[in-house]
Amino acid sequence: MIRYELLELLKPIITDELVVCNIGSPSQELHAIDDQPSNFYMLGTMGLCSSIGLGLAMATDKKVIAIDGDGSVLTNMGTLATIGNNHLDNYILLIVDNGSYGSTGDQPTYTGARTSLAKVAEACGCDNVVECSAADTPEAVKTALAGQKMTIIVSKCDSGNRKCPVITMNPIMIRERFMAEVAR
Amino acid sequence: MAKEIDRRIIQDLLDNGVDFATTVPCKQLAGLIEVLEETDAIKHVPCNKEDEGMGLCAGAFMGGMKPVILMQNTALGVTLNSLATLIQFYQIPLPMIISYRGEVGEPVACQVEMALHTKALLSQLHIPTYHFHNATQVEELPGILKHCQMCSKPVAVLTDASFWGSAK
Repeated sequence: MIRYELLELLKPIITDELVVCNIGSPSQELHAIDDQPSNFYMLGTMGLCSSIGLGLAMATDKKVIAIDGDGSVLTNMGTLATIGNNHLDNYILLIVDNGSYGSTGDQPTYTGARTSLAKVAEACGCDNVVECSAADTPEAVKTALAGQKMTIIVSKCDSGNRKCPVITMNPIMIRERFMAEVAR
Repeated sequence: MAKEIDRRIIQDLLDNGVDFATTVPCKQLAGLIEVLEETDAIKHVPCNKEDEGMGLCAGAFMGGMKPVILMQNTALGVTLNSLATLIQFYQIPLPMIISYRGEVGEPVACQVEMALHTKALLSQLHIPTYHFHNATQVEELPGILKHCQMCSKPVAVLTDASFWGSAK
């Protein structure tokens, strides 16, 4: 199962929760499947999805889901230590781990080889780390949303992307409609 | 050991609504970080790298908080993309209180290398930049913080060794 198919399965599960979505294909796919004011699309800035999500979760009581990728987390690996030392029960980090840099042509990342982000997250102090197949991910997200505990989900997906249009929405528009949703 | 100047700067941040801070330490910022730790009204989240910190600040801002980042000028390079594509592109007000290492009084020669590029990089990014060289210039900080919010931009306050050395 590739990321696009997983995001389709998550569409009925993630409803009014706040979503911070990773740069490139992930945001383009999410935008094509289910554009919502509660989605914050990253148009640039590789690596900071989990950090933006964490900062947001510190400022709101609403549930925040950061949909990140393995390549992006590898870029900003220190984020797992910050998350592991700042447990927030309204924060879910979903790492779509397809072992590749999807937006740039599916070049392999090290998580497809010897590196386990789940183990890194645990070693960084994250208590509630779930590694699962893409097929089991919707259930894992449901459980995380129903619980009151910070959850890191490492979802093992196949490499690949669905061709979706580039997001042309103005960044200020994305941010302002998202902030209105946060404040609602 | 925190000094009067550290307490004054943190009070200026408080008076201007700042309630979220992320930091990467520098010797010159040690007193500020010490006071931050004692200041319950500002949520302090240390980050591991300054671009990560900018992500935290962007998120906190979208959640309704007013963030600040404390960092050293040597880290400016790792934040360029985050400044351009996140903080500036999405118009997020972000005061950056920067320890300006490598200026007169600097004991470590290598620090001078990034000092030489600091203002040029900030200028290239069109970031409003204020250089505090003498302790009396701290009087400008409240105005700078208001300016930052007004224009929704990152704003840099460079604090050099002479500034910290002349401060009580």
